[in-house]
Formats: sequence, structure tokens, C-alpha cells
Amino acid sequence: MAEQVFYWQALNRALDAEMAVDDSVVVLGEDVGLYGGSYRVTEGLHAKYGEWRLRDMPISEGSFTGLGVGAAMVGLRPVVEIMTINFALLALDAIINMAAKIPFMSGGQFSMPLVVRMPGGVAKQLAAQHSQRLEQTLMNVPGLRIAVPATPQDAYWQLRQAINSDEPIVLLEHELLYFSKGELDESRQAPPMHRAQVCRQGGDLTIVTYSRMCDLALQAATQLAETGIEAEVIDLRSLRPIDWDSCVVSLEKTHRLLIVEEDSGFSGAGAEIAAGLAERCFLIMDAPPRRVAGRELPIAYNAALEAASIPRVTDVVSAAQQLCNP
Amino acid sequence: MESGLLKKMLRDMLLARAFEERAAQEYAQGNIAGFLHLYPGEEAVGVGVLHAAEPADYVVSTYREHVHALVRGVPARMVMAELFGRKTGCSGGLGGSMHLFDRERRFMGGYAIVGETFPIAIGIGYAIAMRELPEAVICFFGDGAVNQGTFHESLNMAALWKLPVLFVCENNHYQIGTEIHRHSAVAEVYKRACGYRIPARRVNGMDVLAVHRATEEALAQIRAGNGPQFIECETYRFRGHSMADPGSYRPKVELQAYESTEDPVKIAIAETVTAYPTAEQIAAVGSDNIASLTGSLRSGGHFPPEHLDAMQAEIAAEVEAAVHFASESPEPTLADAQAALDCNRQGEVLV
Repeated sequence: MAEQVFYWQALNRALDAEMAVDDSVVVLGEDVGLYGGSYRVTEGLHAKYGEWRLRDMPISEGSFTGLGVGAAMVGLRPVVEIMTINFALLALDAIINMAAKIPFMSGGQFSMPLVVRMPGGVAKQLAAQHSQRLEQTLMNVPGLRIAVPATPQDAYWQLRQAINSDEPIVLLEHELLYFSKGELDESRQAPPMHRAQVCRQGGDLTIVTYSRMCDLALQAATQLAETGIEAEVIDLRSLRPIDWDSCVVSLEKTHRLLIVEEDSGFSGAGAEIAAGLAERCFLIMDAPPRRVAGRELPIAYNAALEAASIPRVTDVVSAAQQLCNP
Repeated sequence: MESGLLKKMLRDMLLARAFEERAAQEYAQGNIAGFLHLYPGEEAVGVGVLHAAEPADYVVSTYREHVHALVRGVPARMVMAELFGRKTGCSGGLGGSMHLFDRERRFMGGYAIVGETFPIAIGIGYAIAMRELPEAVICFFGDGAVNQGTFHESLNMAALWKLPVLFVCENNHYQIGTEIHRHSAVAEVYKRACGYRIPARRVNGMDVLAVHRATEEALAQIRAGNGPQFIECETYRFRGHSMADPGSYRPKVELQAYESTEDPVKIAIAETVTAYPTAEQIAAVGSDNIASLTGSLRSGGHFPPEHLDAMQAEIAAEVEAAVHFASESPEPTLADAQAALDCNRQGEVLV
């Protein structure tokens, strides 16, 4: 039965559901225990499952993420919460050099049922060190999978799928999504974790996007419809692998591609999306792919500058109009 | 000390020395490439520690780990095949010298980023402690690793939750080319552990009996639920850091002194073989060892020199067979590599 829940509640329910059925699921992170999680994701779980299952970690991102790797090698299913993606820079050795490579460099001997959850993105005036999106850094690592849930339903599904997977999976959440509400039906059958989803149908252009930018793209599509342009909006849901087929099906209909990403455009996720779809759809495209992306600037503290540094609805609308009416 | 165990340890030390010297030759001939870090000089540490461990214990190691794997029971042919990059190697030829893995023997890998063994070890220790199992984790690292953040982070967590981890520092006094007094403000490595209230001691890492005894005591503490323990083994590598390193930054006299009086293999032989040495032999081994030598002569078992010769011949044949096996083995294919990367996909088909 569907109900309206916050994104953090969906994650909380996913954890609860998996922890209830499998006592090898453990949650490791700063303030995930007694405190209940910086974004309330683990609220109530410490009382229910105890401290070995939800361990408050010292501020040692590199080692507690690596602890998760070691625990995963001997059969636990750790869900590591890194408080924000900005701190994950200290854990990249564990994520990239250990988690992603151990199954491979052991010749396939070890499973790696590790989930690393981290919120990223630009929130509200948190300044340059707390306003990053590092998806490109992780996308370039063979052996990792990256899920980017944009809705409570996907957060619920993809976290449960990630916990059940034996591969290392990074769940990129967004700080501004935790307190957004959406529909959650726990009984609904989940699509594959990496499957892209068409959020809105349209025949004039395809907007490929992910995470918080989905909402922005949908708002832009509503405005575009008033000017006679029907945009199809695709939420990728996964950045590694990327569901190319779903994008190709859409482009065969629309022949125009607009990519919307919050991260800086240079060498970002959008560049990979553009290249991958150009390789597949060049001959059916009516125009070159176009990207709307964050500026090539660290994020400023100043509110107006912050807002101007990442895509706004009007940026998406005008890019779509230029693409359709050159 | 029962003589059976002493003989087993001596055999592993001789195998270790012979295997590594042969690996160096194969490297020189181009059969092994990449980085190759050899263990001669440090045998007493790996052998002494691992012979005190149980089969159910886990071992996490560094990039200088061939001997750890051998002592753990990984067949020499599978280690050599891995160095040759062959499919029959213990990591399928995908890991190489620095990434030996053997899940069955709980050999949890060699790691080539200095300091990675700490978090892996405490992760395994966390799982053991949570499940209240009587197992322990042996975590090897060198003196250079103790200045990495993961050392301090992981020791803190190990002590905080009383994780069953034995930290074993193989202090060979050099982080590649930088001598310990130039890289550590506190050169007595074991003292670092007191910052985390982890019981720690320093042992002579050239004396396999001392290492073995210290490990047994530490593991007993761990299994009694007393949390992590720390042993610093003072040792010395007779070769450079890797085959790419001639080791010329070390004073010749220092190397000669270690080789002539502190060679752990010579010491182990002296402690095992019961034949009475000549005065010249005693003088050659060095005064430091006379006490232990005569001590074991009085109390040791019977292991005449001809048994030693037979043992060495057997080991030479084993190493020869390992090289033969490796060079005859097939190379892994791209399909093998892809299969290893996708080994945990559970049949899921991706786009």
C-alpha cells in the first residue's frame, strides 16, 4: 500500500527490513547509533538491534570504511555511512583500492557485499568543502556500482538491492532529498537496480538526468509543455553501469539529447553520458548533445552565488528551447 | 619446545630462503616482472608468528608476503605461478607478487598500499568479535606503515572494541630507503601501541623461537578476550626494498654484520642441529649466539647434519618443481579477468 514518506524514512525502512531478516547486516558510521544518524536514516535502529549491529564510529573515515571491507570479506554485509561525500575523499583508498579491487585481484575468491552510503550535492550554503558531488571520481572505477536514488521509492528499493548484492555498491544520496516526500509502496516489485526510468513521456527531446536534478528537469518539462515542447525525462538511477538501452529507445523517438547534472560539467558524468549516447545514436540525432551542468567553480558560501553555480529550472528550459529551435 | 615443531619451522625458513632466492633469479631472467619484494633476513618473523597461529586464524599481509603465504600452507607452486602471472597462481595470475590471496587458508591478501592491512584486519576482527568466535587475526606490517593514518585509526578501534587482532610489526629498520630514525620520532615501534592501551612488546625478530613464544603468549591473551596485542619484531632484510632497489643507502658493514651474526636461518640451524660445531664454526656464527647454541645442544632433540642436508635437497626439489609448474602453466585470458571482476554478480545481466 502506497504512503507518503520522507526519503530518509524510506532508507530507514529499507535498513530495518534487511536487518530484521539477516543478522549479518551491520551499519557502520559516525553517529549512526545512539544519535540515530545525521539525517535520521538510522533512527530507532540502535535500540532495536544493539551496538554491534549499529556501530558509532570514531572520525576515521579511511579506516572504518576499510573495516567494512574486511568485515565483508568474511561474510558480514556492512552498510557504511559516510556522513557526507566530502569526507569520502578520506575513504577513497578503501573504496577504490580495496573494495573495488579485492574480488578481482584475488582471482574471484572473495565476495564484497559492501554498501557505502553517502549524501552529496549542493545543499544550503554549506560552502565549498561541504558542497561536492564526486560521482565522476567513482564512475571511473571498474568493480564499483553506483546507484543514485532520486525518490523515496527508489531509495527503499535500491538500498535493499544494494545490501543483497555481493558486489561493492556506492549509494549516492543527496542532502536536499532527505526531507523531500514521495510515494513509497514497500510491496511493489523493484526493477533491476541499474534500470533507468522514464519519469515523463514526451516526443521532442530527451532529458537524461539523475538524483536531485530529476525534480528540476520535471519542473522544466512542465514549463516547456506550455511553450509547445514535450520533453521526455529519464532518471538514470544508476551511474555505473548506465542503462544505455532505455536512453536509446527514447532518443529513437525524440532525436535530441539534453543532459542535466548538478556536478561541474568538465569530465563529469554528463560527458560520459553524452559520449556513450553519441556513439550509439549519432546517426539518428538531429542536433549535437547538450549539457546543463554546474559551473567550473567551487561552491561559494554566498547564497546567490551558490544558486548561480548549479543548474536552475530556467537554465534547463532555455537549453531545451535552443536544442529544439536552433 | 618440541623438536617436531622446531624442525617444521626450520624447514619453512629454509624453504622461504630458497624460494625467494630462486624468485630473484627468475626475475633476473625475465620470468617475473613488476615489483618483487623479497624476504631473506626476515624469515624468523613470518615463520615464528604463523606457526603459533591456528588454521582458523586469519592472516592479512603486505606486499612482502610470499613467505607468509608459504608458511600458511599455500603450495609453493601456486605462489610461484602467481609470481609468473599464470592462471594456476593463487590469485589466478591477476594479483601478482603483491596480491597473494587464498581464501581457503584464510590468507586474506597481500596489500600494496602501505597501511591497508590495518583496516582490513580490524574488519575481520569486528566480524569475529560480533559472532563471539575463538578466532584471531594476524596483521603484518612494516616499520614504515606506522606513520600512516590507518595505523592510528585502526589501533584505536581495535582497542575500543577489544577486537581479536594481533598486530605484528616487521621492523626491518627501513621504509624503502629511509632509516627508521629518519622517519619516526619514536623509533621503538612497540611504544606507539601504548597510546591505545594495547599491550606491546619488542622481540628479537631474528630468533624464531623468541618470535614463536611471544606470539603464543599474545594469542593466548587475545583468545582470553583481552583484546588486541602488539609485537614488534626487530629484523633486517638482506636485500634491497624490491628487485628495483640495490639497497645502496645502507652501510655495508651493517648488512655484513646482520648477515654474519644475525642470519635467522643460520641461527635456526644452529638451534636445531645437534652436531657439535668446531671452534671455528662457533667463532663464525658470532658470540651472541653461543649461549643459545650451547643451550639447544644441551636440551634439543636429535637432528644430525645429514638430516639437514636431506631437508635442503627436498626443498630444492620443491622449488624446482614450483618453477617448472609455473613456467608450464597457461596464462589467464581476458575472459578469466572479466569473470573475476564479475564473480559476485549472481547471474544478474547488466546493460
